[in-house]
Amino acid sequence: MSAERLKIALVGNPNSGKSSVFNHLTGLNQKIGNFPGVTVEKKSGMTILPDGSAAEIIDLPGIYSLYPRSLDERIVSEILLDHASPLCPDKVVVIADATNLKRSLLLLTQITDLGMPTVLALNMMDLVARAGISYDLHALSNELGIPVVPINARKGSGIDELKNVISKPIEVPGKNVFNIYPDLKLAVQSVRDRFQLDNDYEAYQFLQQPASLKFLNDEGREFLRNVSDTYGFFPGKFQGAEAIHRYTFIQTLLDRVVLKAADLPWKKHTSAIDRVLTHRVWGYLIFFAILFLIFQSIFAWAEVPMDLIDSGFAAISEYFGKILPNTMLTRLLTEGVIPGIGGIIIFVPQIAILFAFIALLEESGYMARVVFLMDKIMRKFGLNGKSVVPLMSGVACAIPAIMATRTIDNWKERTITIFVTPLMSCSARLPVFTILVALVVPDKFVLGVFSLQGLALMGLYLLGFAAAMLTALVMKYLVRVKERSYLLMELPAYRWPKWSNIGYTIVEKTKTFVLEAGKVILAISIVLWVLASYGPGEKFEHAREHVLNESANLRLTPEGLESRVAAYKLEHSYAGIIGKGIEPVIKPLGFDWKIGIALVTSFAAREVFVGTMATIYSIGSDDNQTIKDRMREEINPETGGPRFTPATAFSLLVFYTFAMQCMSTLAIVYRETKGWKWPLLQLAYMSALAYISSFAVFQLLS
Amino acid sequence: MKPGEVAIISGFSDELLSVKLLEMGCLPGAPVRFNFTAPLGDPICISVLGYELSLRLEEAATISILN
Ligand SMILES: Nc1nc2c(ncn2[C@@H]2O[C@H](COP(=O)(O)OP(=O)(O)O)[C@@H](O)[C@H]2O)c(=O)[nH]1
Ligand SMILES: [Mg+2]
Repeated sequence: MSAERLKIALVGNPNSGKSSVFNHLTGLNQKIGNFPGVTVEKKSGMTILPDGSAAEIIDLPGIYSLYPRSLDERIVSEILLDHASPLCPDKVVVIADATNLKRSLLLLTQITDLGMPTVLALNMMDLVARAGISYDLHALSNELGIPVVPINARKGSGIDELKNVISKPIEVPGKNVFNIYPDLKLAVQSVRDRFQLDNDYEAYQFLQQPASLKFLNDEGREFLRNVSDTYGFFPGKFQGAEAIHRYTFIQTLLDRVVLKAADLPWKKHTSAIDRVLTHRVWGYLIFFAILFLIFQSIFAWAEVPMDLIDSGFAAISEYFGKILPNTMLTRLLTEGVIPGIGGIIIFVPQIAILFAFIALLEESGYMARVVFLMDKIMRKFGLNGKSVVPLMSGVACAIPAIMATRTIDNWKERTITIFVTPLMSCSARLPVFTILVALVVPDKFVLGVFSLQGLALMGLYLLGFAAAMLTALVMKYLVRVKERSYLLMELPAYRWPKWSNIGYTIVEKTKTFVLEAGKVILAISIVLWVLASYGPGEKFEHAREHVLNESANLRLTPEGLESRVAAYKLEHSYAGIIGKGIEPVIKPLGFDWKIGIALVTSFAAREVFVGTMATIYSIGSDDNQTIKDRMREEINPETGGPRFTPATAFSLLVFYTFAMQCMSTLAIVYRETKGWKWPLLQLAYMSALAYISSFAVFQLLS
Repeated sequence: MKPGEVAIISGFSDELLSVKLLEMGCLPGAPVRFNFTAPLGDPICISVLGYELSLRLEEAATISILN
């Protein structure tokens, strides 16, 4: 064997247990990246084979056939057909749900026809036993010409045997299941010659799905088009006939290897549960109850860890501020970098909790029912039942939410989902909402149980949701493309979730968030630190003298003086100058230049708002005052009344509900839509929506 | 068809969709069972090949059946 590590791909139908097998093989030894050139997530990990060598395992998206239906399905054909790709596997393990072998074998025979060394892992053997099915595994292996390993990915039994088989050389079956039609023999031969392929079916795939061959140059594509034209072929032709042919073969095979078929009612509990969960009344009630529970938990359980992270990072900053010499670099570290990292980590608890729930719903099989329940409603708005998951995830963070849209196969529905998801109020908006709501909404209860502040907060979330749905509705008529939208989705049997799988999903999603959003948020917090810590001219440089002169007749404590100096500096920094510059534009919304500074600093990451407010309003003699109290006492010099009147505060709340203010989201949208068109449209649309709504709110209320 | 009924698939009226349906196991000659509809009447859930498949009414309409 070569010194190169063996690469093994896991392929199989959705819900066949690929991820469970993957987790068993690799443990925590996983990494998530992206397939080069495309944005589909790639999960790979290492395993040690019985012979002591290491092998790289790649978990691929679930597919029913080599012919892809959506973006994330296409990746499978892409890597199997591109032999030059560093990802192209040496061996393939097809994971099959053995309770439904017939459907899994369609995919299996396609892969063996490609000439790939393949192992069939028959998963869910526990359920097979329970259903009373029995297979002649020896005959199955002989007929297919490949090794067959029975496993139970839930318990992990059979995994060692699987590793064993993988580490040995694997024969390729000598005979194809599906033979190319004679009319196309010449076409296939010319493709083989041109691309130096050593397998007919592989060459046939080149003709069937040129769109998956990202590695071809224009000339190669042109060649395929010419061959197709010459032989009267077009991609998609004969795919139905191929499926029928394969199923005929499979039926004959199963007739020989199935010793005993399933006892009929073994899935009874699934249909009983479905009668409740897809009931016209209970179905929706339960779904909304679950949603409510999820949001409650996100806010209730995340609070303590978030506070800890907040104070933890403040302590780290302070510590470094004390032990390091007071230089510019130290300040960059303690005022820019460390709070910047803290600003990312603080969202981890909420994101982890949300994804724990989403993984739970997916593992148990309930998520498919949510799609089933919501499809008709979502379609009215130009979305898809599958848009529910991104929209729900958007409440934690738009970044993983937008990545979750890849399962939507229809381009238009996917684009609309991506476009409206950032309108869902994400967890970064929450600190802004909390402080402003506490400022102007009285801390009272109505009807004894509902807190007014809580209701206001919920209203803001609903406002974001309503904006998302209405925007989708408008886009449904504006975006014109003719592409059919399908549902065709399996409703998997309900299963008791496997907790370790949920654990892996949480780790994986959180990691993606920290890495994706982290880079951008960190970079931005450094830029903002520079803008807010430096300023042109004499006023900024001699801030201390100016403050001393102005407040000569005030008796300031040393702390009071320091905070005045900080506020004075901010006023004359670059950020302050920009804030003053935009004052005329934001005045009709009820904002002054101080709020303007906050708008500038939170342009790229909205959560910076609270920190900026803390610095701007740090003036005052009483150091024990909270930011909220300081904001409350702030006087509007024009009216003599408080700065944060209900009109201003609500206007600001609406602004933060609608405005884009998240550079990381724009970066993800750019990557997912492969261009600047959609992120820029999104930025323009959301800014306009924010401005106009704020304007309307302020003018109405004041 | 009404929920609870079983029929035999005889063919498809939509070329493109038929490939996907075939791959998912809706084969001519195979029995399908109409299980139930979503609360709003669309999509619906059917059983084919021993598993449950959900599809929209317009998709289901492309499947021709024999009773
Ligand atoms: N009873 C049983 N359940 C399994 C087995 N393997 C996987 N599962 C469950 O099947 C569901 C789908 O598994 P998953 O690994 O997520 O499948 P994937 O969609 O192919 O990645 C999960 O709820 C698993 O816990 C098995 O051998 N027996
Ligand atoms: Mg999986």
